[in-house]
Amino acid sequence: MTKQLDPKQKLDIEEILTDLEDYHPQRKGWTWREVPAEGVEMGPFHFRDMSTPLKNSIGLPASKYFDHIDPQPACVVTTEIASGRFEDDIRRMRMAAWHGADHLMVIRTTGQSHIDGLLEGTPEGVGGVPITRKQIRASRKACDMIEDEVGRPINFHSYVSGVAGPEVAVLFAEEGINGAHQDPQYNVLYRNVNMYRSFVDAAEAKRVMAGARIFQIDGAHNANATAKAGWLVMPELMVQHGINCAFSVAVGMDKELIGLSTVPPDAPPAPKLWYDLPYAVALRDVFSEYKMRAQQNTRYIEADIEEAIRTHTVDTLISMLTSADIQSTITPDEGRNVPWHYNNIRGVQTVKQTWAALDGIKELLSINHEGPLGEMVRDLKVRAVAFLEEILEIGGYFAAVEKGFFVDSGKYPERNGDGIARNGKGGVAADSIVARDPDYLAPVCDHFGQNHLPAGVAHACDLIGGCTLCKPEKIVYIDELDPEDSADKRLEATYPYRKGTLVKPEAEWAGDGTVLLQFFVPLAEDFAAAYGVEMAKRMGLADPQVVNLQVMHPAEGCFVEVKGKVGFDVDVTTLKIPEKEVILPEEELRAAVKQVGLTVVSGTVGEDEHSVGLREILDIKHGGIEKYGVKYHYLGTSVPVSKLIDAAIETGAHAILISTIISHNDVHRAQMRRLADLCVERGIRDRIILIAGGTQVNREMAAETGLDATFGRGTKGIHVVNAMVKVLKGRGVL
Amino acid sequence: MTQDRIAKFEERRARLEQLSDEQLKTRFWELCNEMMVPIVELAQTHTSPSIERAVLLRMGVDSVSSQGVVSRVLEAGLLGKGAGHVVLKVAEKRGVDVRAAAAAILEDKEALQGLFA
Repeated sequence: MTKQLDPKQKLDIEEILTDLEDYHPQRKGWTWREVPAEGVEMGPFHFRDMSTPLKNSIGLPASKYFDHIDPQPACVVTTEIASGRFEDDIRRMRMAAWHGADHLMVIRTTGQSHIDGLLEGTPEGVGGVPITRKQIRASRKACDMIEDEVGRPINFHSYVSGVAGPEVAVLFAEEGINGAHQDPQYNVLYRNVNMYRSFVDAAEAKRVMAGARIFQIDGAHNANATAKAGWLVMPELMVQHGINCAFSVAVGMDKELIGLSTVPPDAPPAPKLWYDLPYAVALRDVFSEYKMRAQQNTRYIEADIEEAIRTHTVDTLISMLTSADIQSTITPDEGRNVPWHYNNIRGVQTVKQTWAALDGIKELLSINHEGPLGEMVRDLKVRAVAFLEEILEIGGYFAAVEKGFFVDSGKYPERNGDGIARNGKGGVAADSIVARDPDYLAPVCDHFGQNHLPAGVAHACDLIGGCTLCKPEKIVYIDELDPEDSADKRLEATYPYRKGTLVKPEAEWAGDGTVLLQFFVPLAEDFAAAYGVEMAKRMGLADPQVVNLQVMHPAEGCFVEVKGKVGFDVDVTTLKIPEKEVILPEEELRAAVKQVGLTVVSGTVGEDEHSVGLREILDIKHGGIEKYGVKYHYLGTSVPVSKLIDAAIETGAHAILISTIISHNDVHRAQMRRLADLCVERGIRDRIILIAGGTQVNREMAAETGLDATFGRGTKGIHVVNAMVKVLKGRGVL
Repeated sequence: MTQDRIAKFEERRARLEQLSDEQLKTRFWELCNEMMVPIVELAQTHTSPSIERAVLLRMGVDSVSSQGVVSRVLEAGLLGKGAGHVVLKVAEKRGVDVRAAAAAILEDKEALQGLFA
């Protein structure tokens, strides 16, 4: 059993790494969300297409206006995490899970697909993590704890590709990975792995995955991201999906566990819907027995975060108009850097926000299949079928790859001649498959192909008394091969930032110090970029780089974003946090107000005509003190302090409330002091409550000016009533 | 050639346009399945170093030893027997368990001789 996480405590990485040699996952196989057929009631609303809410989660910022509800989409929601250090990835996984991600995809380090064998230990990666047994086991252990914390199973995902596919699949099956990319076409086209090796290996890998109920996602979306005109390759994408699906089923995978990785191929300013909707509809028609993993567009995402989010919102709309079993999210900063912690959350929020806004959209709107949509859908299907016919005509799949049929940016049957052609005799691990002899034998479960078990042996692994898939205790755990390049070494270095008292901001790794500056500068493009770097340097940031620049006008200026690193540490024990004001319960405040018949006089003081803020504090309409039963005498604007005191004495008011916005020459402080001093002079200070508020006022000013309480921006009537009741209690009046 | 391809496509299109949506879908899957037949056959009858290492892993041999054992088996021309099969033979011959047999293959160059005589 895993330890229960405390939402107030950080993940203890050292503890997760302890006793890993004996850890086995608490659950295996893929899990869908629970979606009540009758819908979900949350706060004042009925949702039609939502899953069961989480036990612990953080809602969208606006949820505070809606009883803090956090509706969770019906589909599984993916986020891709790849900092290069798994010990930092797992903290990000926890954050993402709290915002609603339940499919956590870990990107592999660059080049792992060409490593002929498994990696071990916890070396640092580039653009992803080296996938190893220790990394997976530790991450799965963290996921097991996190899923208990949020109250929903987490699907942990990685990649079964490259020249070690079968071994990686066994590793994943043993360690409880729940989902994986597996598509031999990806190896062939994008990793130049020999085509025969890739398909022979894939059959074994898929069989192992099927045995462990690992959900499979294909690699067709890479054609969108690679082809020069991603929106023209749609017939080919259907062919690629078809090949991987047909092959997977032929080697023993359950259709329920096969997903298409599909991306709306276009992005604004293109008329996206006219390309992406027919494609989405055609796919869902032809692949109706398979699952849809709807990805968001990456092809046209560059440095601008907001542009990415807007495109991804439309992508999510297309998923909702058609269907998505898994909605993947793309971190909106993917086009400019290795994704940062909080951008994973932003990606998840885009889906959550769109899904909540458009909940049940299909009950209100339906797609018009007549007219242009139907024609475009039909045209895609016809082209895809013709593509398949041509492949068979010229000699089959391998022949087609040799002739460069795939990832050509022409719309089939047109060809631009820029397709990726591979030679069957070439590529990584060429000539490495071997024919099985008539007495070939593999004494293990979930093995694909000819296997000549001795007579009388029904279950292959009976020959060895059980394989690791039946007896997990047989798995051999290797801790580290290179202790110098390991999590332990890195954790030593980041200890002060994780468990000590030192603090630095971070984007990817504990203590990385990365921050982002956003500003407008009234300079043309070239100068704006140079200025950004110079400014960041003068602010003391190391390694400043412009990550985004948008021209607002060729001459008037630019919006610039610069990242850099903070070089200093702040000790958390030196930080002064204003004491949290405890607000008494509303009923108690109302009772106290009633008991003393609380009355106040108020006005703006000096030469100050700003009365909006004060009216909001007073009036019942704005939730002011009147709402709690307080009676007030409002004397107007620019009232002399002495007049307020006279009025208080005359009416027997318990308190004087002044508002002062103008702070020129510290006139606001002077007015506050004058109020306190005059009350002392008039001999009423100990029986009157003095309160001041204003945009330039803060809580600390009360002590300095001799008032009972002072308030700044964001103050509500209840805060003022609370302060008055507390003073009265302190004086023994209540 | 290109003109030829385009002309062929137009012929195909004209023919496919005659099919109903459901027939077109059936045709799509028939073609995909047909295309996979020789590839599935290739996979059933062939193995690779990675497949064999994946077999050894499932037999409880660690990843580093699996790498070495499969290299030895490949060099000895025995990969077509199955690396797991080879390890089993060594285990039987020496009266040891799977892991000890894997270790023996790594340590003793003679270990693979005469196994399938």
